[in-house]
Amino acid sequence: MNELHQFIQSHGLALLGPQWWPMAWTLLWTLIKIILLITPVMICVSYYTLAERKIIGAMQVRIGPNRAGFFGVLQPFADAIKLFCKETIIPQGSKKAVFFLAPSLTLVPALLMWAVVPFSPELILADVNVGILYVLSISSLGVYGVLMSGWSSNSRYAFLGSMRSAGQMISYEVAMGFTIIPVVMLSGSLSLKDIVASQQGVWNVIPLLPMFVIYFISVVAETNRSPFDLPEAEAELVAGYFTDYSAMSFGLFFLGEYANMILVSFLGSLMFLGGWLPPLGFLGFIPGIIWLSLKAGFLMFVFLWIRATFPRYRYDQLMRLGWKVFLPISLSWIFLTGLGLHLFGKV
Amino acid sequence: MVVDIIFYAFAAVTALSAVGVVSSRNQVHSVLFLILTFFSTAALFVLLEAEFLAALLVMVYMGAVAVLFLFVVMMLDMDATDLRQQAMNHLPTGILVGVVILVELVVVLSHAHSHGEHGAVATVSNTRAIGQTLYTQYLYPFELASLVLLVALVGAVVLTLRSRSKGAKRQNIGQQVARVSAETVQLVQRKSGEGA
Amino acid sequence: MSVRLKEWVDIFALKELAAGMAVTLRYFFKPNITVQYPEERTPLSPRFRGEHALRRDEQGRELCVACKLCEAICPAQAIFITIDPASTAEKRLTKAYDIDNAKCIYCGFCQEACPVDAIVLGPNFEFYSETRDGLVYDKQKLLSNYDRWKVQIDANLAQDAPYR
Repeated sequence: MNELHQFIQSHGLALLGPQWWPMAWTLLWTLIKIILLITPVMICVSYYTLAERKIIGAMQVRIGPNRAGFFGVLQPFADAIKLFCKETIIPQGSKKAVFFLAPSLTLVPALLMWAVVPFSPELILADVNVGILYVLSISSLGVYGVLMSGWSSNSRYAFLGSMRSAGQMISYEVAMGFTIIPVVMLSGSLSLKDIVASQQGVWNVIPLLPMFVIYFISVVAETNRSPFDLPEAEAELVAGYFTDYSAMSFGLFFLGEYANMILVSFLGSLMFLGGWLPPLGFLGFIPGIIWLSLKAGFLMFVFLWIRATFPRYRYDQLMRLGWKVFLPISLSWIFLTGLGLHLFGKV
Repeated sequence: MVVDIIFYAFAAVTALSAVGVVSSRNQVHSVLFLILTFFSTAALFVLLEAEFLAALLVMVYMGAVAVLFLFVVMMLDMDATDLRQQAMNHLPTGILVGVVILVELVVVLSHAHSHGEHGAVATVSNTRAIGQTLYTQYLYPFELASLVLLVALVGAVVLTLRSRSKGAKRQNIGQQVARVSAETVQLVQRKSGEGA
Repeated sequence: MSVRLKEWVDIFALKELAAGMAVTLRYFFKPNITVQYPEERTPLSPRFRGEHALRRDEQGRELCVACKLCEAICPAQAIFITIDPASTAEKRLTKAYDIDNAKCIYCGFCQEACPVDAIVLGPNFEFYSETRDGLVYDKQKLLSNYDRWKVQIDANLAQDAPYR
């Protein structure tokens, strides 16, 4: 590994000269790191789709896909090939530029957020000291892909679906943001690394259990998953904002949705479940990244679990839940957290 | 060097998309350009190492304000040509506002250059710095601003909340969930022919 | 009051959601009941009504006597029979016996009406055609269906015979 590094450095220096090589090397190294991060994420996404079909199948006493390869392991590739080979249909009267921009605008924020997710104290792409704010702000961009796709499709179903979805995402972003504030208050930092470090003694999920529950329900709504999958309510809106999408532009929406689900599972385990910290001290010999993956994997399982369990919400009930239930509870919990911190002299 | 290139790239995007806001024929495209302007401005903030401000700009302006713009503009069916003619009437005002902003910018910039007050913030993390100034030095203006926002919030609710007519039925989910069959279902025995 | 309090606690503890999720989790660990169709098959009743067949006797002669009872009773009017002009009083024969499978509703009335058990609905349900014409079965096709499914059809008829 070291020799390879030496080799690349010396040849790069010879090729570009001392003036340009350091810059090129920085770019190259960043690119390599990004690829090393994105590739596992995309593999996770593709196998998460398979896991979803298998797990929901098992809960409905079915098998799920098992034809493509042993246990269906090749199913994600079969799906990808199918999506790539399909014809991309452009609806009449659609705004082409916006129409094609929209799917990537849902996928790109989902991938951008991975930049600040720490997998262990050392393993982090960009150690931003306002990590949580970065995540919150980038996640608020996801709504544009939805709005633009709905508007540019020139279809009523898509438009209604996107309006609903945007309203839902904005509302639940508020609830989600307020559940994160107590976490930030407890740890006294906006950096995800410090937040995990502050949970050394006791995980945030214990003092902030209601916040954790609200966070999880909010992110289910935020990622448009069942039982809050109103944007794509197939009974009324055909498929919501991606009614008119086909082939890979449709696939991008899916990739974005699943990447988001995995991301919020990781964030949830970082903020509430102690990240890479083992649940008991003597289990510390197992690497932290495995603990983190286990915790995130559990949350990802719960995503599928509740999809297999609950029926879809009605839109007014969804809005009521967000604004009239979650918002007051999380606001009062912020107050209680502040009170607790004051009484126990942590501030 | 690299930073310069990135700065000019984002600055160019900011300026071009700002031109796009006023020049594009489709209102939705205008709003989308506006969003691009916000985003590249946020990128410029990041270059100044003001990540907190950048995150706030993206979260508040792009995540909330511009979405509402987009909502409204998408739902309204406006005629572009009509608006174009009206825009010409507003040209003098627009030029006046532009000139005022330009003069202000020039004054502020020349002032900053003559005194040269930068580099002092770098010692503390800028999130903490903003928090400290906001909650000590500018506490009263800050609270006043939040009060104004609260009034605006209440005002919006008051303006839009219509009281429905008395007979209207509303769903009370708490009551519905709390219903038990023992309270709501009554079983009665009626002999044949005596039914009411 | 205490009932109200219990309700509140239940609501905020998400009791009913947890109960629902417990059910799905229980089913998650149950053995699944999927039948993987081309390899595994569900059992078929001897009375199953699938693709039609015209039976022959032991010597390989057609059993059908062209009485047209099936054509008369068919609610979908899917059967078309032409009598062979060469028929005699002792032996009536069909010249054509067509069934339009696109019209057939698989009610089995033709089988019930048949006095000689000639037309039967066999156990085969895996048949298809890419054209409408391909779904119109002529006599040859119906007879060959019997030749193909003879064993099962006869076994099914024998099994069902005590109840007729």
